[in-house]
Amino acid sequence: MLPLTLNNLCFAIDGRTIIDHVSVEIGSGPRTIILGSNGAGKSILMRLCHGLLRPTAGTLEWRSGNGDPRRRQAMVFQRPVMLRRSALANIVYGLKLAGIDPTERELRARDVLEAVGLAALADQPARVLSGGEQQRLALARAWALGPEVLFLDEPTANLDPGSTRDIESIISAIHAAGTKIIMTTHNLGQARRLGDEILFLSEGRLVERSPVERFFREPASTEAAQFIRGELPWQ
Amino acid sequence: MNDLTQAFAAAFKLIGRLDPELLGIVTLSLEVSVTAVMIAAAMGLPLGAALAVERFRGRQAIVVLLNALMGLPPVVVGLVVYLLLSRAGPLGSLGILFTPTAMIIAQSILITPIIAALSRQTIEDAWREYEEQLCSLGARQLTAALTLLWDTRYSLVTIVLAGFGRAAAEVGAVIIVGGNIDGVTRVMTTAIALETSKGDLPLALGLGIILVGLVITLNAAASLIKEAAQRRYG
Ligand SMILES: Nc1ncnc2c1ncn2[C@@H]1O[C@H](COP(=O)(O)OP(=O)(O)O)[C@@H](O)[C@H]1O
Ligand SMILES: [Mg+2]
Repeated sequence: MLPLTLNNLCFAIDGRTIIDHVSVEIGSGPRTIILGSNGAGKSILMRLCHGLLRPTAGTLEWRSGNGDPRRRQAMVFQRPVMLRRSALANIVYGLKLAGIDPTERELRARDVLEAVGLAALADQPARVLSGGEQQRLALARAWALGPEVLFLDEPTANLDPGSTRDIESIISAIHAAGTKIIMTTHNLGQARRLGDEILFLSEGRLVERSPVERFFREPASTEAAQFIRGELPWQ
Repeated sequence: MNDLTQAFAAAFKLIGRLDPELLGIVTLSLEVSVTAVMIAAAMGLPLGAALAVERFRGRQAIVVLLNALMGLPPVVVGLVVYLLLSRAGPLGSLGILFTPTAMIIAQSILITPIIAALSRQTIEDAWREYEEQLCSLGARQLTAALTLLWDTRYSLVTIVLAGFGRAAAEVGAVIIVGGNIDGVTRVMTTAIALETSKGDLPLALGLGIILVGLVITLNAAASLIKEAAQRRYG
């Protein structure tokens, strides 16, 4: 279903432009990091890509292929949203909506719980798990769907360093298993660790797109250079 | 003072020996109000869920109306149902005025808006939290509504219990459409209202004690359920 092509994509709320003529083609393969300061429009852009919001102007196209693109992507939000049921049932719920066979749902759910290290907590109510566990569960629920593309909106923004490491290694595993990762962050270290290419967003505009290594070595835009200096003032 | 003590003693005696008259009144009360609350829940919960997840023109007006209907005076509901069911009324041919059925209808009308309005609020709060996640997982409106009904089930039970409490305790509607006929439509509240004026204080007091006990039990059950669910499911 990739590439995903954005063409002069715009989004405005109450006449205020939030996403401003973004044009880009996001291909399969490299992990794409959408980077930018708070309020740059990262979350809104991601919701537009995932289809939760409708652009006010411009277009967004998935390569036509087999099946409905909406069904072949998943998203994990900054704050995990857990249903009031067990960890396992949260994953089974997603699989049910995806039309997976009843007999296969639980098998798959147990597999992903195992993969994210939550097998022992399968029967715990999801909402009483810790923040880090809930975010791992959210990743498992998304991963279980076998998405071609996984959107992650600041998945570690509210977590401690230990949980952040867990989440990052799960994201790497999902990438290694063949899912395209598109992730927002405002954390430069994370962008470096997890990213292959950077889309740098500033005030709703896409000001730069570079491979990670070049982005940090020689940012092409003044906005990006300022952002890097601001976040890493000791450099 | 002495009268009062005697009346209380007599009331407790009535309860203690399961006086058949008292028991009959309590049983009918429960039958009427439980049936009414089941009907009200069957209509009010889906209505509340639909209003919570659907966005359509006129929705806000319905929500405001529903909130206003929560405060419907029972006597007015009784009067309207009376007019509908009276011999000259549009539904007069049914011949159900002054029967428990009429009382059930009146109480259902009284508490359906309460259940609908309160559940709309609860479900909409949950929807605000769940909406993006459920849409991301591909849930349509109906699936979302059912998911929310299930996920808020403990809060909804307490809402239904509140509706039941209101039905069991109201007097205005059932006295008009039921008529307080001995052994047929005499329920706790109408009996209290009329026996007091007739001077049968022990029966009125006995029923009053049971009614207060019922209301306290319901409220305790509601908060226990809510608390247990909060602890268990977060
Ligand atoms: N529902 C909303 N209504 C109005 N403004 C919003 C809304 N959501 C986001 N915004 C604004 O859009 C801009 C971009 O938000 P967002 O995409 O969340 O930024 P971030 O890059 O931090 O994720 C911000 O200025 C924010 O205030
Ligand atoms: Mg954001």
